[in-house]
Amino acid sequence: MAAPPSAIVERAPSEPEASGNVIVFENVSIAFENKPVLDGISFCLPKGESKAIFGVAGSGKSTILKMALGLLKPDNGHIYVLGEDVTQMSEDALFDIRRKVGIVFQESALFDSLTVRENVAFRLLEEGNISDDEVEKRVRQALSFVELENTVDKFPAELSGGMRRRVAIARAIITEPEILLYDSPTGGLDPVTSTTIIQLIVKQRDVYKTSSLLVTHRLQDAFTMASHYFDRKTNEMRPLPPGARSEVPMAFLILRDGKVIFDGGAHELAQSKDEYIREYIS
Amino acid sequence: MELISPTEFVKDTVQTVQDYAQLAGQSVANLFRYPRYFADTLQQADLIGVGSLPIVVLTGFFTGAVLALNSSTTLQRFGSLSLLGQLVSVGMVRELGPVLTGLMVAGRNSSGMASELGSMVVTEQIDAMRALGTDPMKKLITPRVVSTVFMLFFLTIISDLLGLVGGGSVARGLLGMDWHQYWSTAWQALTFQDVFMGLVKPLLFGFIISTVGCYYGISARGGTQGVGRATTQAVVASSVFILLVDFFATKLLMAIFGYQ
Repeated sequence: MAAPPSAIVERAPSEPEASGNVIVFENVSIAFENKPVLDGISFCLPKGESKAIFGVAGSGKSTILKMALGLLKPDNGHIYVLGEDVTQMSEDALFDIRRKVGIVFQESALFDSLTVRENVAFRLLEEGNISDDEVEKRVRQALSFVELENTVDKFPAELSGGMRRRVAIARAIITEPEILLYDSPTGGLDPVTSTTIIQLIVKQRDVYKTSSLLVTHRLQDAFTMASHYFDRKTNEMRPLPPGARSEVPMAFLILRDGKVIFDGGAHELAQSKDEYIREYIS
Repeated sequence: MELISPTEFVKDTVQTVQDYAQLAGQSVANLFRYPRYFADTLQQADLIGVGSLPIVVLTGFFTGAVLALNSSTTLQRFGSLSLLGQLVSVGMVRELGPVLTGLMVAGRNSSGMASELGSMVVTEQIDAMRALGTDPMKKLITPRVVSTVFMLFFLTIISDLLGLVGGGSVARGLLGMDWHQYWSTAWQALTFQDVFMGLVKPLLFGFIISTVGCYYGISARGGTQGVGRATTQAVVASSVFILLVDFFATKLLMAIFGYQ
């Protein structure tokens, strides 16, 4: 492995379609009310990899996820998702891309007037060409993945914060998307529930090989993801044996003042000499 | 109160008008695009139409009654009490029925739409819907516009009828007029132009109520306080719009029909 970057290091994206990258940010900038939030950032997410995005509050982490889905348009730069430039697409064209990408919002964003079943099945029901039996089967499967089969007829208001987050994960994965975006999935949750959520994300990464971007404030969540794998036999997350950590497709990206100051693996991060990064991870 | 520069004010105003026009235009254009949400439209029609029925019935009945009561003293002075039915029917059908029904429905539903959609915006449900591949314009706004326009048309007819019944009750019960005379003058006074004018207005008002309510809801910002502000603005703006459009629509239709 190369020496860790101590100054601003950005991984230059190559040809998005040919490189096997499912998401590519190229020199992306965005400002809100004339205040720059992201200033020419570039990074890429290779197929099958999970990348945790860190930064202080207001550093543009959630904005990155929303721009990747075309919910926000950057002021400058290009964003390629599955080879398509989402910055140039109309809202109608974006709906096709969004069908291949799942997102878990910070506060779950479940539809409060719909039951858990209707929330999880929302995308299938909207597509409208799937039989009721098939919808029910897939809802049960998705809810079984997050271990919440018994909540199908409940409304979001009847669930705890952790359960809502798990239902949001079930809603995101029901169509087996190629990419998953998690916006602070463990934010505001107790350590036990947080570990359950991280276990589900690791399961999705290791069992279904889904590429993902994970926005989080909790460094320990990302380190858990980098140091654990999902064991299908025991259906549990287990620590990787010593020396096997580089085998997990997990990367870290740190934002500061609108720039990417680190983009690399757990080992590089731990070895970083950058003062800000050292302080951040300590 | 925060002061803003005139340039910013003009920019914001132009942006607001542009966004509203875009939303209103898209809500109509979506009628010709797939998917169409019939179930959502029916659900909204039930909420807006059937739900507004009690206030519309009460408003219509008592407006007709008070119109008859107020007019009777003037008509009696000129010995023309027999024209009471004519006055109530033309007043209700051409003006009071559509406007008061519009204002009542605006108060109830424009605020409801703004608060519902506003809450969905601040809890990221609108973003979630877009992220799940569904166009909120098609799923949330067009059904509300269609059902409000459709239901306000029928609510206005009910209000007009109840207004005539209210006027008739006063004429018969308090003024001792002949029931048959009241109804025959009320019926005969109505021309095609009056009825047309009275039925075009609810279509315009329904469009205003729903698009203004949806616009303020979908552009709500700033958490629960923003939702509250959007709700108030929706009621105020839709009520003012109704009164403005009522004047211009009346003037235009009078010119078309050659009223003097």
